[in-house]
Amino acid sequence: MSSATQIALVALAAGIACSLAGVFLILRRMAMMADAISHAILPGLVAGYVLSKGPNILVGFIGATAAGLLTVVTVEALTKSRRVKQDAAIGLVFPALFALGVLVISKYLANVHIDTDAVLYGEIAFAPFDTLVINGQDYGPQSLWVLGSLVVINAVFLATFYKELKLSTFDAGLAAALGFMPALLHYLLMTVVAITTVGAFSAVGAILAVALIIVPPVTASLLSTRLPAQIALSLVIGGVSALVGYGAASLWNVSISGMIAVVLGVVFFTALLAAPRNGLVAQALRRRRQRSQFATEVLLVHLATHEATPEQAAESTLLHIERELGWSAEQSARISHNATQQGWVTYADGSLALTGEGRRVATLVAER
Amino acid sequence: MNILHDLLFDYTLRNVALGSAFLGVVSGVLGCFAVLRRQGLMGDALSHAALPGVCLAYMLTGSKMPITLMLGAAIAGWIGMLLILTIIRRTRVDSGSALGIVLTVFFGLGVVLLTVIQKRNDANQAGLDKFLFGQAAALVQEQIVTMGIIGGVALLVVAFLFKEFKLVAFDPEFAGTIGFSPNRIGTALTGLLVVAIVIGLNTVGVILMSAMLIAPAAAARQWTNSLAKMVGIAALVGAGSGVTGAILSVTQDGVPTGPAIVLCLSLCAVVSILFGSAQGVVWDLVRRQRSRAAMEAPR
Repeated sequence: MSSATQIALVALAAGIACSLAGVFLILRRMAMMADAISHAILPGLVAGYVLSKGPNILVGFIGATAAGLLTVVTVEALTKSRRVKQDAAIGLVFPALFALGVLVISKYLANVHIDTDAVLYGEIAFAPFDTLVINGQDYGPQSLWVLGSLVVINAVFLATFYKELKLSTFDAGLAAALGFMPALLHYLLMTVVAITTVGAFSAVGAILAVALIIVPPVTASLLSTRLPAQIALSLVIGGVSALVGYGAASLWNVSISGMIAVVLGVVFFTALLAAPRNGLVAQALRRRRQRSQFATEVLLVHLATHEATPEQAAESTLLHIERELGWSAEQSARISHNATQQGWVTYADGSLALTGEGRRVATLVAER
Repeated sequence: MNILHDLLFDYTLRNVALGSAFLGVVSGVLGCFAVLRRQGLMGDALSHAALPGVCLAYMLTGSKMPITLMLGAAIAGWIGMLLILTIIRRTRVDSGSALGIVLTVFFGLGVVLLTVIQKRNDANQAGLDKFLFGQAAALVQEQIVTMGIIGGVALLVVAFLFKEFKLVAFDPEFAGTIGFSPNRIGTALTGLLVVAIVIGLNTVGVILMSAMLIAPAAAARQWTNSLAKMVGIAALVGAGSGVTGAILSVTQDGVPTGPAIVLCLSLCAVVSILFGSAQGVVWDLVRRQRSRAAMEAPR
């Protein structure tokens, strides 16, 4: 396997594993918890290093995951004390842990090489050099094994607890009443998020791990309201963005993890603008359509009110309507054109008159 | 006494302590509004979002002047803020997700730009990332003056619009009904956060910035139920922790300034949550214990 293929596979595995972990996290509105967990990795690694008196991958992994879970538990304890809100609790806990990690490194482990920058950025380009060797046999990049296992673990987790997760996410009360133990599920999900973040950060960096957990599911939620479709879409978005980001980064020779995050951003903002039902463009068009429809209806009701009264002739001139309803000339031209197009009014000598169909619509609107 | 003498006459310590104290005041004051409006994590997102701005400012001007980089950081932070507010106001995406997206995507863009700058191979670029990871120990007088002016303006704005900000922080609907625009005032308030962040990037760096905003406010909230007092206490807590952290880092070997300040702040927050006079956890327990004893006492 060439090193380019290996990097691409690592990126793809990271994209899929993280998106899988993110779907329910996003639905539970806990995106920033992933950010907090990712920052707690540093003190966890430091603790693992101190405990095992040297670099040990397994102890480091356990330490980092434990620090992530410690963050979750502390944030929840603070929130439950009702002295601070959840966002403030998150913002209190992870900087404190991170500061502790940096302090211990610079005070006691100054001669050890733990690169704080590398924890944040990660360097996926080194993935092929760090291979898994057992008994002298080379089994390929270590991060590919880690992320591959995470894909399997997360997929099994989602498949096993799909029904329970869905229920406890959308109706925690009902889930508890039916005996599904939402609290236990919650901590299981948090553990999955924590091990995914820890597993992904060494390959792609903490920030990209968070990007891959949050952005694909949120983008998917803009595109569909059905849960199975959201899961499928976020997998596709996560995987494809990882590959495209890697391609673009090699083309321009820039940071791979940074570029993947940028591609994710492009996908998200495109969806934000152009999503078929909830996109900003669709919203603006809908609002414009509704505004013009409402104005047309006002016109019809106005004409109907004054029909067969002595002042009908005066009230039906376009100029008078314009003044009375506070429309600009351009607006009234557009609206009367719209009404004529629909066959609701006829226009002659600067005056409007209802057609039979227009009279019917006006009655319907007035009764509404 | 030695410390007091150094605080006044030692150039490095004086600068670091002054800069940190000043940052503590500005972020303490602005943090109160952020925490009350449940925008505590906005600071974290916007400080990350500043990275591409710093890089672009350097790429366009080739200068590492603090004011240039700060301007770049501020513009990127503003754009990030407007995007976050648009996402929250116009879609069903929750605020945490909106923050997370802008945070990671902007930071990713910044990392990409950093690699572009590194490839250009000019010696001048060294240390650009230090702007973001904080290097309070290297603060020079010129930076302190810049921080003072920008932060002073932000504090003046808060003083002038205190009434409006208070209204929007506690009851945006009511503010709307009496003719203020809660969206516009809210945007202005969040925009001032960007100012605090830009000042803070120099001193404590991206990651610890959110603690500078949240911890003083969270601590102050435990001692009072009045906003004016809360703002005052938060400013004091921020300044005190800033000076203490600065002294610790200069006098102790291998203690970086940013983490020292943040750990001081965290300690203040924990102590306040436990013992704060307005809603401290411990007093609550004591009160409950007493009333239970009173109930059970034989009459």
